[in-house]
Amino acid sequence: MNMMRRLKVTMAAALAVGLANTFTAHADEQFFPLQSYRVGPYAAGGTGFFGGFIDYLNLINIRDGGVNGVKLTWDEGETQYEVERGVEVYERLKSRPGIAAWNPLSVGIAYAMIDRITKDKVPLITINHGRTDSTDGRVFPYVFPLLLNPYSETSGIVNYIASKEGGADKLKGKKIVVLYHGSPYGKETIPIYKRLADKYGFEVEQIEVPHPGNEQQSQWLSIRRAKPDYVVLRGWGVMNPVALKTAQKVGFPADHIIGNVWSNSEEDVIPAGDAAKGYIAITTQASGADYSVLQEVIKTVYGANKGNLDDKKRIGSVYHNLGIVNGILNVEAVRIAQAKFGKRTLTGDEVRWGFEHLQLDPARVEALGAKGLFHSINVTWDNHEGDGRVTFQQWDGSKWKVVSDWIAPDWASLRPIIEKSSAAYAKEHNIKIRTSGDEPVSQ
Amino acid sequence: MFDYQFFLEVLIGGLLSGVMYSLVAIGFVLIYKTSGVLNFAQGAMLLFAALTFVSLVERGAPFVAALAATLVIMIALGIATERLVLRPLVNQPPITLFMATLGLSYVIEGAAQLLWGTQVHGLDIGISDTPFEASGVLISRFDLFAAAVAGSLVALFALFFRYTRTGLSFRAVADDQFAALAVGLRLPRVWAAVWTVAGIVALVGGLLWGARLGVQFSLSLVVLKALPVLVLGGFDSITGAIIGGLLVGAIEKLAEVYVGPSFGGGIEAWAAYVAALALLLIRPSGLFGQKLVERV
Amino acid sequence: MPVLTPAKSSWFSGETLWIVLVIVAAYGIVPLAGSDYLLDAVLTPFLALSLAAVGLNVLTGYAGQVSLGSAAFLAVGAYAAYNLHLRVPALPLLIDLVLAGGVAAAIGIVFGLPSLRLRGFYLAVSTLAAQFFVQWALTKFSWFSNDNPSGVIDAPVLSIAGSAFTSAAERYVFSLTIVVVLTLLTLRLLRSQSGRNFIAVRDHEIAAKVIGVPLLRTKLLAFAISSFLIGVAGVLWAFAYLRTVEPAGFNLDRSFQILFIIIIGGLASLRGSFIGAAFIVVFPLLLSRVGAALLGSVFDSGVLEMSQRIVIGALIIVFLIAEPRGLIALWDRAFAAVRPAKRPA
Repeated sequence: MNMMRRLKVTMAAALAVGLANTFTAHADEQFFPLQSYRVGPYAAGGTGFFGGFIDYLNLINIRDGGVNGVKLTWDEGETQYEVERGVEVYERLKSRPGIAAWNPLSVGIAYAMIDRITKDKVPLITINHGRTDSTDGRVFPYVFPLLLNPYSETSGIVNYIASKEGGADKLKGKKIVVLYHGSPYGKETIPIYKRLADKYGFEVEQIEVPHPGNEQQSQWLSIRRAKPDYVVLRGWGVMNPVALKTAQKVGFPADHIIGNVWSNSEEDVIPAGDAAKGYIAITTQASGADYSVLQEVIKTVYGANKGNLDDKKRIGSVYHNLGIVNGILNVEAVRIAQAKFGKRTLTGDEVRWGFEHLQLDPARVEALGAKGLFHSINVTWDNHEGDGRVTFQQWDGSKWKVVSDWIAPDWASLRPIIEKSSAAYAKEHNIKIRTSGDEPVSQ
Repeated sequence: MFDYQFFLEVLIGGLLSGVMYSLVAIGFVLIYKTSGVLNFAQGAMLLFAALTFVSLVERGAPFVAALAATLVIMIALGIATERLVLRPLVNQPPITLFMATLGLSYVIEGAAQLLWGTQVHGLDIGISDTPFEASGVLISRFDLFAAAVAGSLVALFALFFRYTRTGLSFRAVADDQFAALAVGLRLPRVWAAVWTVAGIVALVGGLLWGARLGVQFSLSLVVLKALPVLVLGGFDSITGAIIGGLLVGAIEKLAEVYVGPSFGGGIEAWAAYVAALALLLIRPSGLFGQKLVERV
Repeated sequence: MPVLTPAKSSWFSGETLWIVLVIVAAYGIVPLAGSDYLLDAVLTPFLALSLAAVGLNVLTGYAGQVSLGSAAFLAVGAYAAYNLHLRVPALPLLIDLVLAGGVAAAIGIVFGLPSLRLRGFYLAVSTLAAQFFVQWALTKFSWFSNDNPSGVIDAPVLSIAGSAFTSAAERYVFSLTIVVVLTLLTLRLLRSQSGRNFIAVRDHEIAAKVIGVPLLRTKLLAFAISSFLIGVAGVLWAFAYLRTVEPAGFNLDRSFQILFIIIIGGLASLRGSFIGAAFIVVFPLLLSRVGAALLGSVFDSGVLEMSQRIVIGALIIVFLIAEPRGLIALWDRAFAAVRPAKRPA
């Protein structure tokens, strides 16, 4: 077939052009391949997160000349949040030299990459999302659900409700409705809520909203009939503002709705207008641009006209700050790995070691200019989540305001569930479970 | 004990949502009736209208000016579509035309976001959405308003089709294209007019749905709610679109609340399609559709 | 509906020679010369989508029944194969593959039943019921994904009679073989009495009935064959290409993509399915590569992507206007110009 071959030849030529432009990494560069999404239904989140990430990498390059002189580079491939596009970008960029880590910010893409990155020995960072059992570094050496996995999130939310009610013992007899997105993501925490309900003696009712969630009349009427004390919103995309609007429609108070980590951005509340006033949501990183690292980004990066966000009003928004925090964690992992392996371009496996020693206590976080932005992280070889703390923020109609301390989820009681699941995965995939952080990672 | 009040609440909520579905379905019907095209770009047009309006307002344009400007843009879009897409595709099989409107929806979605960005926006059209209670049953003010708008739109169309020259030629073309041609009607002109009207419907739908969901990419997904309405009511009947919308709204809400729990919930996404299918097996062209069968 | 009846062509026509050459090159040269990227990210999805398009073409192109639910059958195939492999480990993978196609065919027959009463868009829209129902069921009942809390399934390693297909080239050859075999079988079927029945039903249902074509059987057979092929394509998509899948990946956009392939490639032409798939898979990649290389320094990637969406949409419209019978018609014309004596099939 002539045409097909011609297409292939043209494509090869185009690839050659692309490669010639980009194959310029020297020995002193560390590369971040970005599977970003700036188009499609989730573009608002994608531009914020990848904008923040790039802004921070730029800050390190401009202000410090890279990490110990090693320049940070990156290249974007658009995924539109679709798994196969993410895989295509992975296959395209994976042979580039000096890859530090992959940061897809998409559960679907992350899942499709687990086998691939494990084979290629490069870390996969799924900050605030991803596969819960990948917290277990013994089974998933290259996967890092940094700061928060879905189970910790659930526990954090329940702990917050307990603190509002005046203690865990006051949860007894309370009623919580979980309104979840009709997708694997939404369903993932169903058993955990049940478990916590049994443990603390509250009643839980879990109601599904079919994707995309632009109609929720029947769900909210059921909620009205159930008369719960709190509604937990485990939403995604358009489902969130519609939930808030419909809540108003049935007269449920917004300040008794608590959003999860994918229902916590400006994009989730602004479309709901007044209905969102008083709504509370969990977060791992506070919003706002008051933190000194944000101020430096504004001064150094945006001042040099190298800022990534088109709309400067979005600096300090939830997704932008998540991108900044993600940047901090990636850069610090590289820095920690450099201290062991030398100030040069590191291999993916060396950066993996860096992530497994990514321990930033509140003092170090303050030194990085991020005091108040996020609390701390303590990743070890077997705990790839790193015990991130959560806080809660309330929407006042124009911005988020932090309304709680840094709350610790109940990691200890979650760990056995995680280990059970990761053990099953190890068995299914014939993975040898690591017994210490020092041994070389085998497959 | 059967909670009658709750049943009424669900039913009324469903009927009012159904009106919103009808609003989208009418846009489909108008175009299908006159040119035999299932216009999948209706959702993209809705998005484009709402995004244009809200972006103009955010840039400081007064409400009325923004509305007028958006209206002009939608009309231009309608005419351009007829000229550039449909006219060259005259006499092609319906499936080709359908695919062309899919292509068109890519173009419109891309253009809308290229012009106005991918940010999500809130849209306040000045109707508060606090509910009121009528003998114990909660009713949404906004939904009532939306229903009133949809109702007047349909009434306007009815008058237009009955009493104006263009309206009559619409009906002539819908009845029999060849006869209409033979008596000297200019098909392209009628098509341009009908796409203009579809643009206006998209604007109204876009504003009302935008106020409900926020103005963002997902707005274009509301077409999926309109499709079972079309099947139920018939692709070529405006009355059908209204009744179908009400039925779909009521069926999916009642099904979700009363049947859903035994399946574990979340059945709304397909309940309407199954109901539509069941009806089709009895009446193959919907409740109000013409018996004339279209072959694809 | 353009009538493109597959005429009997002699086995030794130039066309056949070309096809043989392409197959030889696909086996002999591509796996050795192609990079991992080409094999894994371009050719394997191309093969899976081609097979799905062949399947849909049987239903829509030959038998004249429009379906908007193809992605549902991809999903059924993928999840059926996964569960067969998991729950009946004794079965060899190839049997899983065939049985998965069989499950998809069975579901296809159920959702094909309305075709006995419905035509045109009424049928098309009712196939959406399959689309939404299957996605809902796979998400809802976690049994299908072996109670994985995230609903995602991990494909097993492809292996036949003890030898595993693990590298990109091996997975490509595996997919290629399945696709070639099934396409040849489909071609055979289309040239049999059943194939002629499909076309009779498409071209004039009442006339077909009059001359004694069993409508019920013919339509359901078309749905079954089509769903079988799409189901197997789903297995390739899940096992050979992505290797982890979730129900959300089989959404309406995927169904439209497959429909695009057969319309752009050419209805009622199996070669058209391949050309269309090549276009739909390769063209966006090419566009984004070239766009990024030429304009990447001027615009950010969001603007580029949005412009590409516009270009792709516009190009689809232009294609439909310029050649409503699809790329295959262009190809045939070009071929006829080179070899005027032969009439390609």
